[in-house]
Amino acid sequence: MAPETKHLEVTLDTHVESVNLAEEMCVRVAEAAGFNEDECYRIGMSVREGVINAFHYGNQEKPEKKIHLAIELTGERMVIRVMDEGKGFRLNDVPDPLAEENLLSTSGRGIFLMKAFMDEFDVLPGRTGGAELVMAKRLPLLGSTSNNGNGNTGSSDAAPHQEA
Amino acid sequence: MASLFATTRELGGIAIVDLSGRISLGDGSALLRKTVRDLLDEGRTKIILNLGDVNYIDSSGIGELVSGFTAVRNRGGELKLLNLTKKVNDLLQLTKLFTVFEVHNDESGAVRSFR
Repeated sequence: MAPETKHLEVTLDTHVESVNLAEEMCVRVAEAAGFNEDECYRIGMSVREGVINAFHYGNQEKPEKKIHLAIELTGERMVIRVMDEGKGFRLNDVPDPLAEENLLSTSGRGIFLMKAFMDEFDVLPGRTGGAELVMAKRLPLLGSTSNNGNGNTGSSDAAPHQEA
Repeated sequence: MASLFATTRELGGIAIVDLSGRISLGDGSALLRKTVRDLLDEGRTKIILNLGDVNYIDSSGIGELVSGFTAVRNRGGELKLLNLTKKVNDLLQLTKLFTVFEVHNDESGAVRSFR
């Protein structure tokens, strides 16, 4: 019998506090799902960076726009989606923060951190008109060896499909 | 959620800023920015940020560290880091900023390095 899928969806205001709220919420779900402290930190940081991206770049800090956060626990993975109401962007257009000329940039490391800390990461055209950041991590019991969260730069092939 | 606390002291002409908490989007990043800016306004351009009690930095906090580093360097000074926790150390390694910042593990060595 297929394991039950749990789904949680919230709509957040475009506000700094939403960043903390989203992080706390996802860390609690990750803890309940059995992730260890380090993995919870990486998941929390990734969600935080996703919501910062939506808050700052997507919604451009406009209070009338919303941030949509969805958390899904399948039998194998924790999948997190962060959607904004901005103009969207393409992952390939994001500058590499490790390039020599970008090392002293004061921004542009969020996407890099999400890619590094999650097993899967992609950016899709969002249902809400902006970008939909999709990130996933294998649950601890099934992803024992590759579940350290470091060094994985993500792959669009491995990303979950956008819901209809 | 705890934010950031900063206390500045002086040792041998070097400003040492003891930071504790989180350097993250919002109050944490803003306090770090103000602290470094205030020191520069006072003409203090030899700065050590003691991160021994900083347990969390996000991309906004990393950006603020880089911003402080650049601002101090543009005034002809130096901003160095002291006592990185494992998480902060790992983040600086991951983002290659270990190649940018001078990092020390003991305070007296950090102070001596300015001479």
